[in-house]
Amino acid sequence: MALTATTSKGMTFGEAGSALAFAALSFLSIIIAAKAYTPEYAFHAYLFAAAAGAAAFKIIDCYYDRPAELPPLTINGKPNYNMGPVKFGTLASVFWGVAGFAIGLLIALQLAFPALNFDTSWLSFGRMRPLHTSAVIFAFGGNILIASSFYVVQRTCRARLVGDIAPWFVVLGYNFFIVIAGTGYLLGITQGKEYAEPEWYADLWLTVVWVTYFLVFLGTIMRRKEPHIYVANWFYLAFILTIAVLHLGNNATIPVSLFSPKSYIVWSGVQDAMVQWWYGHNAVGFFLTAGFLAIMYYFIPKRAERPVYSYRLSIIHFWALIFLYIWAGPHHLHYTALPDWAQTLGMVFSIMLWMPSWGGMINGLMTLSGAWDKLRTDPVLRLMVVSVAFYGMSTFEGPMMSVKEVNSLSHYTDWTIGHVHSGALGWVAYVSFGAIYCLVPWLWNKERLYSMKAVSWHFWISTLGIVLYISSMWVAGILQGLMWRAYTSLGFLEYSFIEVVEAMQPFYVIRALGGALFVAGSLIMAWNVWKTITAGEEVAEANATQSILIAAE
Amino acid sequence: MSHDTQGPVDSVTGVTTTGHSWDDIQELNNPLPRWWLWTFYATIAWAVAYCVAYPAWPLISSYSKGVLGWHSREAIETDLASLKSQRAGMTEKLSRTPLEKVAEDPELFAFARAQGKAAFGDNCAPCHGAGGAGAKGYPNLNDDDWLWGGSLAQIEQTVQFGARSTNDKGHQGSMPAFGRDGMLKRQEISQVADFVRSLSSLPVDQDADLAVGAKVFADNCAACHGDRGQGNQELGAPNLSDKIWLFGSAKATIMEGITNGRGGVMPAWHGRLDDTTIKALTLYVHSLGGGRSQ
Repeated sequence: MALTATTSKGMTFGEAGSALAFAALSFLSIIIAAKAYTPEYAFHAYLFAAAAGAAAFKIIDCYYDRPAELPPLTINGKPNYNMGPVKFGTLASVFWGVAGFAIGLLIALQLAFPALNFDTSWLSFGRMRPLHTSAVIFAFGGNILIASSFYVVQRTCRARLVGDIAPWFVVLGYNFFIVIAGTGYLLGITQGKEYAEPEWYADLWLTVVWVTYFLVFLGTIMRRKEPHIYVANWFYLAFILTIAVLHLGNNATIPVSLFSPKSYIVWSGVQDAMVQWWYGHNAVGFFLTAGFLAIMYYFIPKRAERPVYSYRLSIIHFWALIFLYIWAGPHHLHYTALPDWAQTLGMVFSIMLWMPSWGGMINGLMTLSGAWDKLRTDPVLRLMVVSVAFYGMSTFEGPMMSVKEVNSLSHYTDWTIGHVHSGALGWVAYVSFGAIYCLVPWLWNKERLYSMKAVSWHFWISTLGIVLYISSMWVAGILQGLMWRAYTSLGFLEYSFIEVVEAMQPFYVIRALGGALFVAGSLIMAWNVWKTITAGEEVAEANATQSILIAAE
Repeated sequence: MSHDTQGPVDSVTGVTTTGHSWDDIQELNNPLPRWWLWTFYATIAWAVAYCVAYPAWPLISSYSKGVLGWHSREAIETDLASLKSQRAGMTEKLSRTPLEKVAEDPELFAFARAQGKAAFGDNCAPCHGAGGAGAKGYPNLNDDDWLWGGSLAQIEQTVQFGARSTNDKGHQGSMPAFGRDGMLKRQEISQVADFVRSLSSLPVDQDADLAVGAKVFADNCAACHGDRGQGNQELGAPNLSDKIWLFGSAKATIMEGITNGRGGVMPAWHGRLDDTTIKALTLYVHSLGGGRSQ
């Protein structure tokens, strides 16, 4: 940065290059829109053209507005943190969270009362379900992962994020991907792979965004002022790197044409199924586990103001988790055309995963030793500790369900849905809520959250919702599995499929009620976040260590 | 077990820290919990043992078979064979007993009804309802009002080949669209609809001219439905003089049927279900309450 000490102002290579690239993309998108085979694809091409055009314009506009010198890496010897993208990602996470939970509630109600699809293709379960899963996993979860990782990597490395356009490109580009994916589902554009529904052009865009994310994160770590890399950053890095590999492997498709949204996967038959579940299971392992463990490793010790329980445990369970998770995918394909040997490997690696997963739980919970009393007074910490407890429960349940004999009962039933949601609502969402409640006052320079009482209400309402959700799904799933396999004494199936569907109705209603409570809790959070930002008490100047840093951004 | 670089002691727990500090976060030097480590070892040992016992590792052109010799394909074949042996002679006995004779053997009849009920739930229930109660356009199978006949042989014929199905042996013929195809005027349709309602003593419009309706009926409908609307099972023409309605008894519904015609489809199950299953289905449906003896 010494070079920028001159008075003359010039465009950086990054500014000029990215402005040109966006302009070119905008131009290409207009051509594609004009020649697109389907109106839905043309709509997406126009969205690309508009977004890329706006990006090019914004980059040039920012160039004219900025001083000749680029933002310094440090001010008065203190790191000049770049928190703008973190703020955006945090708010985006709140927004998508509420939206994704609400869509989940809608489809839960559709299962209980099918008329609620209103006979429209747009609102049919087949389109709304991927909209729900993508909104909660990738939009809500992804945004808080990106936002918190940019926050944590800066604070624990004492270094400003690498690049000035790149971090913004990551958060905005990622959210643009979500818009393309979500509108695509509504319009019926899908490649039909669970958790990887977006078509080839959305996948390509995400690849560019994700590689940039990886480079920004890695570059910031390499810029660190600390001798060692903090454990949260190992987990973030494992998450970013592995998701890139999984994304490329499972989306290896050949488009029909540049002007068509349709593509065909290169894998076929059972190999395709195996690649899909290698991807699917490790989306759980590296997106929903490793990434959120990173959040846990920063926000729990920080909030509890206690040291991490065991450094050694963090090393061992990190490497064990990373090594073992990647093998466990075949347990999604028990009793299918997948060869027996592959099923066995999927199962035994899942069993071996139990303790490495619990290593994270132990480190999270035991970090509270000496600070348990804070659970009574701090509902934010309570959210995060309960999340770790749910993590422990689901990571016991998961290996158990991977055992073939258990799986023969649980597979294809609502037990799976219950299991996923004890992890998704209890673990992923709760630890994210904790991180959001921590981040908002820190980022917006507020003394505290607007209302701690509202956090308590959020906690209790959502917890009741989760309990209703998972207990109804356990009962529904086990009942379903037992009814499907029941034989009469004469050797015929006791129940027809439709009778089993009928038996599910009360549980689906209870599940929807649990979901409604969870949505209500998230609305309380959104209100609290909004009030904290707009009406929260500012940090007093005397102890405003963070405010200096943020103001200099 | 402690970290090589020791830091200050944590005053709360008395454990040393590793000496690192990131954004004021430190780490304690606690060892791995013993129970955790031994449970981890136990799962690894169990995994190794399981891999020895069951098919587990890919080799160049095959895979390790496991000392137990277990194979999922053989396992399912064993299960199916045991199910078959449980049904044992009964399936065979059912297949060679004539349809009309099955009821004479209570044990065989109970078996046939059990098989029929299972087959009905998975194949027929989507249209006829889990209990065979039917729905609008889908006949109730519990009553004794039959479109194509309620004897064992007639039910079997219908199940096998369907109605207006793609099978040549299926029942054919449907109700013409008298209104849409211009055979009857709207006024005439209204009058004949009133007449049809009067056949089963349902109230009719005050200004209805039943004599005109009767004339229209005799000229257009009686050929299939009979001169008193008693129906004709040869043609699948419903009885219009009883209180059982396939699509509904409202005047508007009747007029809709006369205007646009009717012709519900039942698929042919021959070739999709084996003959014994169709026999069992026939006996089950016949026994629901409305089966006729001839």
